[in-house]
Amino acid sequence: MSQSNLTEIDYNYNVVRQFTVMTVIWGIVGTLVGVLIAAQLIWPALNFDTPWLTYSRLRPLHTNAVIFAFGTSALFATSYYVVQRTCKTALFGGKLVAFTFWGWQAVILSAVVTLPLGLTSSKEYAELEWPIDILLAVVWISYAIVFFGTLLKRKTSHIYVANWFFGGFILTVAVLHIGNSMVIPLTLTKSYSLYPGAIDAMMQWWYGHNAVGFLLTAGFLGMMYYFVPKQAERPVYSYRLSIVHFWALVSLYIWAGPHHLHYTALPDWTQSVGMVMSIVLFLPSWGGMINGIMTLSGAWHKLRYDPILRFLIVSLSFYGMSTFEGPMMAIKSVNALSHYTDWTVGHVHSGALGWVAMVSIGAMYHLIPVLFNQGRMYSIKLINVHFWLHTTGIVLYIVAMWISGVMQGLMWRAVNTDGTLTYSFVESLQASYPFYIIRFLGGVLVVTGFLLMAYNMFKTIGAKDGSLEKEAIAA
Amino acid sequence: MDYGTLRGIFTVLIFVLFIIIVLWAYHKNRKSSFDEVANSIFDDDKNNNVNNDKQETNNNV
Repeated sequence: MSQSNLTEIDYNYNVVRQFTVMTVIWGIVGTLVGVLIAAQLIWPALNFDTPWLTYSRLRPLHTNAVIFAFGTSALFATSYYVVQRTCKTALFGGKLVAFTFWGWQAVILSAVVTLPLGLTSSKEYAELEWPIDILLAVVWISYAIVFFGTLLKRKTSHIYVANWFFGGFILTVAVLHIGNSMVIPLTLTKSYSLYPGAIDAMMQWWYGHNAVGFLLTAGFLGMMYYFVPKQAERPVYSYRLSIVHFWALVSLYIWAGPHHLHYTALPDWTQSVGMVMSIVLFLPSWGGMINGIMTLSGAWHKLRYDPILRFLIVSLSFYGMSTFEGPMMAIKSVNALSHYTDWTVGHVHSGALGWVAMVSIGAMYHLIPVLFNQGRMYSIKLINVHFWLHTTGIVLYIVAMWISGVMQGLMWRAVNTDGTLTYSFVESLQASYPFYIIRFLGGVLVVTGFLLMAYNMFKTIGAKDGSLEKEAIAA
Repeated sequence: MDYGTLRGIFTVLIFVLFIIIVLWAYHKNRKSSFDEVANSIFDDDKNNNVNNDKQETNNNV
């Protein structure tokens, strides 16, 4: 093959570098806001009686920052990197590439300004008002043009599986975002949804759950299918399973939204369809997880000395855990206990901190040295410390939320013999305090880990080119 | 034909299509080309003089 040409390809790493650095920065910001609002639930005075520091305004800022600023920047970085490397061609789109970076940062900054001001469409994970939504759509379509344009001009005959997942994620998020954000603007900062009542709710959770399914799952699976084999230095366990995994996942996820609306005004049959589809979804989820973890078969020893690989593999364990928990919570009778409690919050964070954040962190630690001409990160030891801080933080967080959530569910449904409620709402809140403190501590550990990562990253970037050499393994 | 029947037929079609994808992916004719693709992500390393022993990336499954 024309191997001599490969090194001469002028890959566009600049945009990848920009998104990589911003991933780490937004990771700190997003989790820091999370820790602040976790603290507010214990010490309400921490809103300092300032409207823009209240929980109700900072909570959407936290979710937007971690999903769209941290997570999506990681997806931009890795998809741009992977699509170039696997298609053996530079990015398509010229100036459009830089526009996706600056445009996306503009979207995030608008969120940082408008959400604390209380400007919101009140749709969960789609809070941004219509002018920002339009900007987001324009940036996203540019992203699609760059990505699919690069696929079209690829120098390889086959499209590597990671790109299928990235492509599915980009396409679906465009459809979801534009579909759910249809509004009638009243003023520049206020709009009303085009959809009425229960239809609006269904649209919202069709969007909401597929944001989970395509942005937080398919996109990061794309990351997994490239960086896990790459870091483990062995090909994916089963390539054919990855193809079936892709088609099964994308054809099932789209139906799962109604499980967010059990026992609401949504037609009962729709709720049941959502429940059944969510349960079936367990199969492709675990197929993918097994495919990722088994990539290490015969090379398990690498986990002992490679903390980056540990990040990636533990992320898959959390993925397996939360994709078992999710279908279970989608069962209507389980949902009757879990819904509106902290159990949901725990579930989301085992997926977000465990799966999404850990696979991104692992991928970033793999990427940073490559992008900045180094053999390795500045300190492998610090990666290891980060791993343990992050893992301990998550475990504290989700165990606290499980106990608190199940307890709340049980307290809310407890009735006396005469049919009156055994506990008032405030009593269940008071019972949750100890767990809120544990959750807060877990969050502090996660933020500390991110700060170490930033330090490690800037030390790596600042080091002289090539001065950090790859260590001889097991020397 | 009413809308419900149409949706029913569409669902069956998608299901059949999925079965075809599975059969296609697991057909033994695909195996060698899939192995090649799975290993393709290591192509670029061969040019760089990073001293990795990549020999262990032999076929699995």
